[in-house]
Amino acid sequence: MTVLDARIPSGPIERKWSDHRFDMRLVSPANKRKFSIIVVGTGLGGASAAATLGELGYRVKAFTFHDSARRAHSIAAQGGINAAKNYHGDGDSVYRLFYDTVKGGDFRSREANVYRLAEVSNNIIDQCVAQGVPFAREYGGLLDNRSFGGAQVSRTFYAKGQTGQQLLLGAYQALSRQVKERTVELHTNMEMLDLVVVDGRAVGIVTRDLRTGEIASHAADAVVLATGGYSNAFYLSTNAMACNTSAIWRAHRRGAMFANPCYTQIHPTAIPASDEFQSKLTLMSESLRNDGRIWVPTDADEARSAADIPEDARDYFLERRYPAFGNLSPRDISSRAAKERVDAGFGVGPLKNGVYLDFSEAIGRLGRDAIAAKYGNLFDMYQRITGEDPYLAPMRIYPAPHYTMGGLWVDYELQTTIPGLFAIGEANFSDHGANRLGASALMQGLADGYFVLPATIGNYLAPMLGRPKVDTTASEFAQVEADVRARVDRFLGSRGTRSVDWFHRELGRIVWDHCGMSRTKEGLEKALSEIPALRAEFESDVRVPGSGDTINSSLEKAGRVEDFFELAELMCRDALVREESCGGHFREEHQTADGEALRDDVNFAHVTAWEWSGDSAAPVEHREQLEYENVEMATRSYK
Amino acid sequence: MNLTLRVWRQAGPSEPGRFETYEATDVSEDSSFLEMLDLVNDGLIRRGEEPIEFMHDCREGICGTCGMMIDGQAHGPQARTTTCQLHMRSFSDGDEIVIEPWRAAGFPVLKDLVVDRSAFDRIVESGGYISVETGSAQDANLTPIPKDDADRAMDAAACIGCGACVAACPNGAAQLFTSAKLAHLNLLPQGQPERSRRTLAMVGVMEETFGSCTNYGECEAACPKGISIDFIAMMNRDHRRALMTERRGA
Repeated sequence: MTVLDARIPSGPIERKWSDHRFDMRLVSPANKRKFSIIVVGTGLGGASAAATLGELGYRVKAFTFHDSARRAHSIAAQGGINAAKNYHGDGDSVYRLFYDTVKGGDFRSREANVYRLAEVSNNIIDQCVAQGVPFAREYGGLLDNRSFGGAQVSRTFYAKGQTGQQLLLGAYQALSRQVKERTVELHTNMEMLDLVVVDGRAVGIVTRDLRTGEIASHAADAVVLATGGYSNAFYLSTNAMACNTSAIWRAHRRGAMFANPCYTQIHPTAIPASDEFQSKLTLMSESLRNDGRIWVPTDADEARSAADIPEDARDYFLERRYPAFGNLSPRDISSRAAKERVDAGFGVGPLKNGVYLDFSEAIGRLGRDAIAAKYGNLFDMYQRITGEDPYLAPMRIYPAPHYTMGGLWVDYELQTTIPGLFAIGEANFSDHGANRLGASALMQGLADGYFVLPATIGNYLAPMLGRPKVDTTASEFAQVEADVRARVDRFLGSRGTRSVDWFHRELGRIVWDHCGMSRTKEGLEKALSEIPALRAEFESDVRVPGSGDTINSSLEKAGRVEDFFELAELMCRDALVREESCGGHFREEHQTADGEALRDDVNFAHVTAWEWSGDSAAPVEHREQLEYENVEMATRSYK
Repeated sequence: MNLTLRVWRQAGPSEPGRFETYEATDVSEDSSFLEMLDLVNDGLIRRGEEPIEFMHDCREGICGTCGMMIDGQAHGPQARTTTCQLHMRSFSDGDEIVIEPWRAAGFPVLKDLVVDRSAFDRIVESGGYISVETGSAQDANLTPIPKDDADRAMDAAACIGCGACVAACPNGAAQLFTSAKLAHLNLLPQGQPERSRRTLAMVGVMEETFGSCTNYGECEAACPKGISIDFIAMMNRDHRRALMTERRGA
């Protein structure tokens, strides 16, 4: 085990980023065009990074497996984006956003990164407004805000219930402008299948064209992964169907360490599953908790419909347990509280697998029109999916896998343990600790892409000026291409009896049951024996019909699911060694008398970063010690 | 419920296509239309046959990836609903459902129900943005924007780029998509400096690829996000004005 150095700049926290920006080496405008950069993924992080790097003058190659850069799953983020503007004079500040985020992450994030995130949050809002993002406004013409979980100020900017869509369109438009300017070469329908490393540096990627099947190599001076998170390891999640871990997992196999894989976020408000063939879970935005009240009946055998249940037969369990934050308690806490009630038999709905999110009080206070103006699209979506009208009866909701705080380990400059390989947005691990606060994912994706990476990548590239370039004729590219082809051929040669989706669903069940909202040593060990057994079945019994030279969704999914098998094992292994409860990681062995997470700061105030050591050897554990110089580590309380 | 599907199968862009018949059995009315197709595909894969390829991703009606003609209607029978949000309770046991890809010259079929919509990206690349470099923006609240203007821009910006408007149009025209993008930016103060240039460029690229608008209004009816054809009127007015301005400048 080695101790990782995040290379955090010295000095007071409010000066670290500005001082470091001055200290970093620069690449002059004329020299930028001598460097090429590959950006994989065109969500908020990837599109904003590619656009900004293009504006700066670098030669950028951007890749997305979608048919358009605008389709990445950032687009589905509903509620909003945080910033410390304090436009409403309610006492917000950069320091308060920093503090809330560190506390919300249950003191398992890196202080310096979080402070920088809070610092650039205001620039993001300015940039997005300048691009034409139509944020919600008040009648005076100024920007409106609302509240999100884990905060006692209103700092969340929003565009109806489609904030992610509007921010992504802003970044996509900026990217499109650079495509027109020819500073960015955009490759759609191209999936990265592996990373190429030469002499210890990341120098390129190998891709498959999802329409023609062509496998090709691309070289560059640096590679940026902006490929999102891995919630689909659970199969059922709020992620889009194609979201996967393959880009970061393949990079992990080539030497990039994977940090805190067990930190997964289970979002408290999704529509509960209705049957076994369900393919995904749909989120109902956290913003609904501004006006919705969460409750279950006090009687487990309650048979009346929600509207007929009197006040004294209702248990507003979040308001009861966490009076200070109530229905806006952070996600990990709200999710566990819902699970506790459902497990105890108080669930509602035909499968008794949900809790009520009730707007009747808000509709009575503000009127139906006001609620429709705020949340109309979410209410419509709920009605389309469930066939029930949330204006008349409360929504039924239940927690669902939503976001992954773990990801590739990066230093302060967002560089992974492979020089020249950077990871931004949800693909890295650094800013949210063990639990992400609502409206902070959009903030981090855009902070990394617009403001942090474009500055730090120059510090890596500057000393490379004049050095010989590696191109795709290097033997390493041929070797990686051969590996990729062999893997594709192996899948196409399969003659089993079951679809890739079947295995994915079974894998998801194991991960959800044993590495979901609450975890035990026994359960995790069980998962660690069940996953390899299912994996062996997958290798012998999967069926991938069709050929490799055309659109073949089964083939695409086979590689992604195979990578999920390996990642799922690492998630369980990580959850097993972290003998404490923190944020989204809840070990039943470690809880207080009233069921709250019990951290162990003496032994676990560190990041666990795993090193791949081959198909047949166990991964090696490394650590980064977390130093809290500004915020005092305390037991999180929302009571 | 049990259903009979007549599905367009086409092996590649230049291969001939044909309808194939499949039985979908034991479908839950709570499942989505795409989950029903997943079920059919699972059966095909078990038999070693190639599954029906279709476009989809977020399955919550926002990414704009999915889309198919269902009984001749873009995204199927439920108004203001993407294919992924359409649920089987909209159908009845024993129904026969005809499923085709988007049919439009601007969207060539690639395979089965998958089409090429890259022409939409080319329209945006031609000018569908505000030219502002990262880091050069002033404080966001220095430019107040009347709430009604911001809300209207948002109504236009809600377009998900799915292509239903083009697929529903007898002319295969892309006026609704293009005008929505233009209105989003042209309605905001930030969008004014490039208003004429943007309008001319985007309309130009649109007309190279897609058909002409003759005011059928099918696009608005098919749009899963309820984008109004008022934006087409606004685009036409802006386009005239831009032509005049250009002439004056020349």
